[in-house]
Amino acid sequence: MSKDLIDQIVNNVLQGRRNKDDEGIEEGMAGDPGVAELVQEALDNGIDTNEILLNGLSKGMEMVGEKYETGEYFIPDMLTAAEAVEEGMKVMEPHLVKGESGSGKGKVIMATVEKDLHDIGKNLVSIMLKGAGFTVVDLGIDVPAARIVEAAEEEGAGLVGLSALLNTTMSNMGDVVKELEEKGLRDKIKVIIGGAPTSEDFAKEIGADSYGKDAFAAIREAEKLLK
Amino acid sequence: MNQADRLSERGIVVHKPYARLSQEQIEMIDKASLDLLEKPGILCYHEESVSMLEKAGATAKKTREGEHDAWWVSIPAKVVRQALDTAPSRVTLGARNPDNKVVLDAEGNRVYFGSGSETNYWLEVKPETFTSKVDGHERTIPVMKRNRGNLDYLCRSAHIAEQLDNLDFFIRNVNVQDSDITTENKDVNVFFAALNNITKPVVSGVADFDQLESIVNMAEIIVGGREELVKNPVVSFITSVIKSPLQVVGETAEKLIAIAKLGLPVVISTSPQGGSTAPIDELGMVAQVNAEALAGITINQLANPGAPVIYGAVPVRARMDDLHDMYGVPEFCHYNMDCAQMARYYKVPCYSTAGVGDAKVPGIQASVEKMYTYTAVPFAAPGLVHYAFGLLDKTQTFSPEQAVLDNHKIGMAKFLHRESGVNEEAVEKTKKTIEEVMHSPYRMYARYARGMLRRGEIFGGFPFEGEAEDQDQTLLQVKEHLNELEAREHQHLPEDICKKIFESTPGLLDRLNPYK
Repeated sequence: MSKDLIDQIVNNVLQGRRNKDDEGIEEGMAGDPGVAELVQEALDNGIDTNEILLNGLSKGMEMVGEKYETGEYFIPDMLTAAEAVEEGMKVMEPHLVKGESGSGKGKVIMATVEKDLHDIGKNLVSIMLKGAGFTVVDLGIDVPAARIVEAAEEEGAGLVGLSALLNTTMSNMGDVVKELEEKGLRDKIKVIIGGAPTSEDFAKEIGADSYGKDAFAAIREAEKLLK
Repeated sequence: MNQADRLSERGIVVHKPYARLSQEQIEMIDKASLDLLEKPGILCYHEESVSMLEKAGATAKKTREGEHDAWWVSIPAKVVRQALDTAPSRVTLGARNPDNKVVLDAEGNRVYFGSGSETNYWLEVKPETFTSKVDGHERTIPVMKRNRGNLDYLCRSAHIAEQLDNLDFFIRNVNVQDSDITTENKDVNVFFAALNNITKPVVSGVADFDQLESIVNMAEIIVGGREELVKNPVVSFITSVIKSPLQVVGETAEKLIAIAKLGLPVVISTSPQGGSTAPIDELGMVAQVNAEALAGITINQLANPGAPVIYGAVPVRARMDDLHDMYGVPEFCHYNMDCAQMARYYKVPCYSTAGVGDAKVPGIQASVEKMYTYTAVPFAAPGLVHYAFGLLDKTQTFSPEQAVLDNHKIGMAKFLHRESGVNEEAVEKTKKTIEEVMHSPYRMYARYARGMLRRGEIFGGFPFEGEAEDQDQTLLQVKEHLNELEAREHQHLPEDICKKIFESTPGLLDRLNPYK
């Protein structure tokens, strides 16, 4: 029973099904329990939260990653799987003891910098970070540097992820780094940047800690920075 | 590669064919062509054709052209109309694998893509590594070499064609120039080389009339007899019976009549060059090429009313600097789109052309020229689009790598013709989806793309993209894919069939027998 439920959680992560209303990659799954319902059922059956996390949600996400690597899965599959994991995490949250593995790999503030309204890349990274087990506070688009720093301090985040699509707005990323320095938070809070006009060189130039050339690189870098 | 493969399906339906010509213009061209067939008429070098035409109501006047007897034949419109009445609107090109049959319907809009034609050269691509004198970096560059065509290349090209999902019919694309190939054994060997390596329809010309019987016999052995061959013609023929302008070639007319009497499909192929053997302007070209195709169809139908025949127009434009053919130009598209409309008007299946590169090697020029005609010509919905795979340097060179690339380009061209998907049910579903997304945290549609992705309804992009930032690696990637295709199992004829063919076909070379 326990194994069967865990396997179903894995399968529903692979199918990207948040709940019973979702279709999977395969047709005709709507109506069957999705990740949220299955996680709830597992908890009701007294299955250990670590078991659900490690052998259910995380394992499912790992398999999704492998399928992406081999070309079987595409970005939409990764995103929907990450969303399904996020739904499972929401159900798990009240049951997790503080400091337990499920409380995540760390907290990340995500934002598109001031005067920039683009959010596809930022959203992609946010969803993937959540699916990978990070706690994400997404401030949205067009966010001033002061607000980003304020939120990072309030939330006790270890990492700030900044996005920009325009070469006219990318310089605002440097303002966030400066603001962190001015507030004496630079040692505690790391900064990662990304977006089409940015580069590794630019990250160095503004004093950011890292650059994510795509969503997957961003996740890898986040894991290194918050280790 | 999977993405490109997923796009493929046999032929494509063009839902709303592009009508470049109005009905009135079609009728004007029809009348012009019929007038031309009456005056000046055709210059015919084949006595039997002349007799048949005379019997049907044409008038003929003997003349002498150089060393040959010839006849000026004036064909009245009613003779042509009568032939068009008996010509079938549906023609099936059979195939070793019946699932690969091509069913042409002049009143339908399905378009099929095929190879062709006898190039003299096979372009070999070999990756070689060089060190740059500029930056000192090593780079692997595809080095190209033209080799003369031979039987081995022909077998390889048929095997590759079998693997290309967007290739629907096979016209041999390499001229064989082996030392043991003669006029007397060429046809049987090239037909066998094709039939033994591909299960799709084989369409081809016959160089030597005397080998027609052996070719038909070979096909009968494969399908199990004459009756079966008429039902499933695994071989169909192309006759270039017209020499532009408006001349009927003697030997080819003889083949055309023989094929008609056998009841096997035949393409009347006429290939005038705008600017040299036909007027270069659109009206002049189409009026003439249409008259030529009609003359061929008329002879075919007089020989055997109701015989399967295909309106084959291959009008090209001349280069103005050297009078070579020119395929990748707008006039070429105009000529071919008009001919597709004329064939539809006559309710006779059409054989058209797209995808020839004037460029000598794969690359930017070839891509521009090919993609241009792949996109334009099929919009007019001709039944067959030949010359579509791997042809370069006009039609002098066949490149297997280019054929693999062309397979992808044709996939793109076919994708354009997919239906829009707009209907009442879809509208309701769309509104529901958008509403759901608007109330979701990130307002992203990625989740909803998966169904279309899995059903192959999302175009997969260019499958041969390289990683390098300082070099186009397309050809290197294609070469790797080609190697995979060539390594796939050959679809040879069964051993007992091969045995029978070899026992009964004079001139067939033993080295073609896969069981020896």
